[in-house]
Amino acid sequence: MKKKPFKKKDNIAGYLMLSPWLFGFVLMWLIPMFISIYYSFTDFNLLNTPSFVGVDNYVRAFTQDDTFYQALKVTFIYVLVLVPCRLAFALFVAMILNKNHKGLGLYRTLYYIPSIIGGSIAVSVVWKQIFGNQGVAFALLKLIGIEQEISFLGNTKTSLGVIILMGVWQFGSSMLIFLSALKQIPQSLYESAMVDGAKPWQMFLKITLPQLTPTIFFNLILQIINGFRVFTESYVITDGGPLDSTLSYVLYMYRRAFTYFDMGYSCALAWILVAIVGVFTVVLFKTQGSWVHYEAGRE
Amino acid sequence: MSVYKKKKLNSVLFHIGACALGFIMIYPLLWLVASSFKSNETMFLDCYSLIPQVWDAAKNYASGFEGIGGVPFMTFFGNSMIVTVVGMVGCVATSLFAAYAFSRIRFKFGNFWFGCVMMTMMIPAQVMVVPQYIILKKLNLIDTRVALILPWFFGGAFLIFLMVQFFQGIPKELDEAAEIDGCGRVATLFRILVPVVSPSIITSSIFAFYWIWQDFFQPLIFMSTTTKFTVPLALNMYLDPNSYNNYGGLFAMSVISILPIIIFFIIFQRYLVDGIAMDGIKG
Repeated sequence: MKKKPFKKKDNIAGYLMLSPWLFGFVLMWLIPMFISIYYSFTDFNLLNTPSFVGVDNYVRAFTQDDTFYQALKVTFIYVLVLVPCRLAFALFVAMILNKNHKGLGLYRTLYYIPSIIGGSIAVSVVWKQIFGNQGVAFALLKLIGIEQEISFLGNTKTSLGVIILMGVWQFGSSMLIFLSALKQIPQSLYESAMVDGAKPWQMFLKITLPQLTPTIFFNLILQIINGFRVFTESYVITDGGPLDSTLSYVLYMYRRAFTYFDMGYSCALAWILVAIVGVFTVVLFKTQGSWVHYEAGRE
Repeated sequence: MSVYKKKKLNSVLFHIGACALGFIMIYPLLWLVASSFKSNETMFLDCYSLIPQVWDAAKNYASGFEGIGGVPFMTFFGNSMIVTVVGMVGCVATSLFAAYAFSRIRFKFGNFWFGCVMMTMMIPAQVMVVPQYIILKKLNLIDTRVALILPWFFGGAFLIFLMVQFFQGIPKELDEAAEIDGCGRVATLFRILVPVVSPSIITSSIFAFYWIWQDFFQPLIFMSTTTKFTVPLALNMYLDPNSYNNYGGLFAMSVISILPIIIFFIIFQRYLVDGIAMDGIKG
């Protein structure tokens, strides 16, 4: 396609419309980004003038900082367990809801509500009380004759599981996206498969799943990026404990910056996180050709 | 007859399963509401029960509203409302203008800027928080409500993305017809397009509302004066057993803190489903 020249009038109109966003982008993203890259190569505690230390901060993270590895491990487990569990569960529920039953709207709303309030402190408060000492889980297990010595949140083996469970509980938004995608699969595909005598699970594997791959891909990217940002749960419910077993990466970044005032180092940690998320995104985009099914002729 | 019976049985099984799951999903919420009615003394005796043994709702809510550190809870609530409403309006308006520009106007570097929007979606916002803090400090805005509003006011990448998708589903002939009739760009946007894209505007407003209302990270870093705290920060103070040892008040105010989101959601949920569903058609 040959390029048409831009009209001056369009340029002016475009930039006028874009200007509020552009202003915010420059002030809250672009400038901070360069400042952050610069600080990541300095020693800076908010009070001193930043002194240039080269790649020391990055070297320090990878060679001298065990807590960094712990936070990395916790966050990786969190993302790699939560995202598949949440998506599988969301798809499962969406499949069940995708039939004509009465009261679907009500169920959809019930399942979606945890997603909209999930980020609130109130929910973290509830989770802390349910799985903590004297909590509901404690009492319920006692009721069926199991005495726990330490609560789920106090136990380093189960604490992260509780946080992940809270994430799975918020499967509603993925479910809604799956529901709308399921509605768009042409019914004719199932009809002709039925004529050929396909079993339900065959239809699921050969029709539903391939047709859903673009949606799964979209969900996967969003959820992975979101997963790496986990902070509130980790901060409010357990404060990273016990023994750093729920120390999320962003919580560690926060502590480095605002507890230890180790701003330079915190910025370096931030850019390591960007690199990790970037690698995940690039790998997903590169491999999508082999598993994401786009219909021919679709944009 | 037997086919009919089988269908009936299937339907009954479906409803039993769906209700059971619904109960599990909503139990934590019900538990929170029930606990906010229980007296502090009996709170942990029957903690899993949803029916209070000893009711003490009035005392819990009254003590919760009294606030913490001499600051009544309504101050926090008011702060949150101001920040959320102003932030939401700015966020949605800015996103709408940007989405209109990206999908309807051909201008220089338009695609490059859209790439930047997508990039901001990929980078976790927390990465920017140290430099943002320093910039806001230089501008003397740290510990002001402006600091809480500013990062939201300039639009959200996800909202721009949502609205661009929605705009693309609307035939361009619509604007062209309006322009032939002598409508300017701004008039076309507000008179012709806004009514058509209103489901996506409402969807975006819901998202923006509950993001800003629940935001904890930025207030935690930007704010230090208790009287300027938002609800999440206040609840975080209630959680500290050293400064506040009153579970009834904590649970009561937790209920109050999610009430606006639930109300907002119930009023607009019909549009939310439309907004996402329509978006799905393109995606």
